[in-house]
This record gives sequence, structure tokens and C-alpha cells, in this order.
Amino acid sequence: MAGPDARESKIAPRELGGKHALPESNLTRLPNVLPKACGPLSEGVIRALTADPSDPPRSVPVHDDLGHPVDPLVDRDFQLALWMLYELHYRGFPGVPADLEWDPLLIAARQPMERAFEAAVRDLVGPIDWPAGGEQPKQPGVAVADRIFEATGSGALPELASFLQRRADVDHYRTYLARRAVYQLRESDPQSFVLPRLEGAPKAALAELQYDEYGGGQPSRLHATLFADALESLGMTTDVIPYVDQAPAATLAAVNVMSLFALNRRLRGAALGHLAAYEATSSVPCRMVALGARRLGLPDPVAAYFEEHVEADSVHEQVAVRDICGAFVDDNPAEAADVLFGVAASLAVDALAAEAILSPWRDMPEDVAQ
Amino acid sequence: MTTVSVRQCPGGPLLVRGATQVETEDGELVPVARPVVALCQCGRSGRMPWCDSSHKFGSDGITRRRQD
Repeated sequence: MAGPDARESKIAPRELGGKHALPESNLTRLPNVLPKACGPLSEGVIRALTADPSDPPRSVPVHDDLGHPVDPLVDRDFQLALWMLYELHYRGFPGVPADLEWDPLLIAARQPMERAFEAAVRDLVGPIDWPAGGEQPKQPGVAVADRIFEATGSGALPELASFLQRRADVDHYRTYLARRAVYQLRESDPQSFVLPRLEGAPKAALAELQYDEYGGGQPSRLHATLFADALESLGMTTDVIPYVDQAPAATLAAVNVMSLFALNRRLRGAALGHLAAYEATSSVPCRMVALGARRLGLPDPVAAYFEEHVEADSVHEQVAVRDICGAFVDDNPAEAADVLFGVAASLAVDALAAEAILSPWRDMPEDVAQ
Repeated sequence: MTTVSVRQCPGGPLLVRGATQVETEDGELVPVARPVVALCQCGRSGRMPWCDSSHKFGSDGITRRRQD
């Protein structure tokens, strides 16, 4: 897909700042800088982000104001509004004042949306089976690590990766990369917010994992950069906004749940559990996706990105499950159920995101493949 | 002096920290490019000497091995 600005440098800082900061509210002056509104919630956030500073600040509508029930997991308007509010904590938007990151009206809008989102995710995954009170296992870290391996090691073939390996065509790959781009262009950034919320062994292990995700000191090896290289090799933009505009609710939810966990200290255990489940279910699918890319003869950076993750995530799985989650639970046994909630949330929400990609493809006749 | 630490993951790879290169059974010296690496222990990896998570599956594997 041709992006609106393919010349934009690879995941470059998007701040214009200084004299380039836009002085007034005018959506037409921010083309392609913000996602396109798709309902009253995202429209309200965009209005707040582009407000004329001389306008009196107005509160941002949240789902409770709509007068009808909203399911955060399937409502694209809800997820898009939340994604933009979270993005203020990552790169922000060119021309949007950076200090809106801590704008009280935007934070006030975010909190009820986060509560509704968390409740929906908890409802999706159901109760977490972990003994409360005095019946803790003697080695809670080992017990939690075993539970994570059990939850993530079903042995079943991941259907989406199977499809990509065996049947997908180039357009399927482009769609798949476009969906993944919403997270992968920010790869590993949510988890960095968790580092200052940890101490001791799990902190050291998370820092070690993040150092690898961030290229081990080589900018060209940043995983987000490797993904951008894959996009560029197919002539796809490395600007995240066009991908956000195409992303279904489930794709945005899968990204937002990481920010929900990482930006709320209360949920640090869930952030770590999410990371462990993500890493533990990554290596095998990445191998299959890489094989499919080689089958189709896609440019080398596409397969190379996934091949890197075959190897890296085989390491990260062990580090995340044992050295991060296991050590964290040994130090903080009261947060074991939070870790397991994060594991379940990762698996359940990512399954929704995979299904959103796969369902339109599933009716494809077998003979179309090859 | 660099300390190399190794840890066996039950049912999984050997985690190695602090190594700069690994010598394979064939005598090939493979540089280590990560702060921690996972060495295959099941013999089924397609990316020897590194773990590629093949230990999660039966001996027939679920995907073709790389031929190189």
C-alpha cells in the first residue's frame, strides 16, 4: 500500500516542535498526522489534540457519555480513542503540543476507558486459578513458570501462521505486516515503562531482554527498525498512522492492552505475564511466517525479520518466563495472579487480533493457493 | 575476566550468558551476538547451535528444517 508520505524517514521522531507547532485548531492542517476519526470518542480526542489554545478546554467524551453500551474489545472508535491517548506517552503526533501527555482532561477521559477495557479483558479471560491467602506454593516462581509454559505450549499449530506459511499470497503478507505494524513499529516500547517499577532480579532480566530487543547497542538491529526494513522492502510506509487507520478494533486492542498494563503500576505483574506469553508464543509462528515469505520470494528483510525472532524469542521465552516472571513472583508472591492474568490476556486478545486477520481469508478455496 | 554462566532449562535449551563465541561439534566458531543465548539441547533445531523452539514439538517436527 502506498503510504501518504513514503519519504518519511524510518521511524524518525515525529515531533515538529518549536516554530512548527501548529497554533490553531484546524483538522485540515494536520493531514495524515492523526488517525481518521471513526466515531464520537475518537473524534473527541482528535478535537482535544487539535484545539486552539485560546479555546476554553472541553472535556473529552468517554463511552459512558454515549448513552448506549460499548464493548471495548470490538468497538473500533473506543480502541482508536484509547490508542491516541496512549500514543501521547510514546511518540506523540507532529504539531500536537507535547505537554498534552499529562493534560488533566485527557487523563480524565483515559481512566474510565481503561477501567472499562480492563473489565472487558478480565471478563474475556475469566477467573484466574491461583490460591489466595495462605495456601501459596512453596516455590511460587517455579509454579507460575510451569503455569505459563502450560498455558502457552498447547502444541497446536497456530492457524494464522500456518496459513501464511502454506497458502498466503503477497497481498496476504502485506495485510499481515500492515496489522502487525501498529505494534511492531513501537516494538518493545510498552515494556520499557515497566523497568522502573521493578527491583532486583526481574529488573535485571527485563533490562537484558530489552537490550536485545533494542538491537544490543546497534541502531540498525533495533527490532522496530528491522520491521521497518521489512515494510520498506515491500514499498510500504514506515509511518504508523496509515496502519492505525486500517487496523480493526482487535488489532488496536492487542496493542492497547500492552499500554494498559505497562502504564499502570498496579498492573505491572500483568505486564510481565503478557510479555512472557507473547515471547513464548512467538518463535514457532515466526519460523512459519519466515518460511512463507521465502516460499513467495519476498524481499530478504521480510523473512529476515521473522528469522531473527525465531532465535531471539526462543531465548526471550526462557528469560521472560523464568528470570522475569518467576523471579518477580518469588519476590512478590501476592502478585502471582496478576502475572497469570497478563498471560491469559495476552493469549486471548492476540487470538482476537489473529482472528480479525484470518477470518476474511478462511473461505479462500484451496486451489487459489500456490 | 568475563564469567560465562550457563543454566539448563528443563525440557528446553541451555541459557548462556557472557560468552563471546560458541564452538560447535564440527569445530566451527560461531560468534555470540546477544547478551544471552539459548543453545539447542534437543538436537532438532534448524538453526544450530541456537535453540529455535523445536523442542516444543515431536521428533517429526511441524515445519521443514532449513536445508542449509
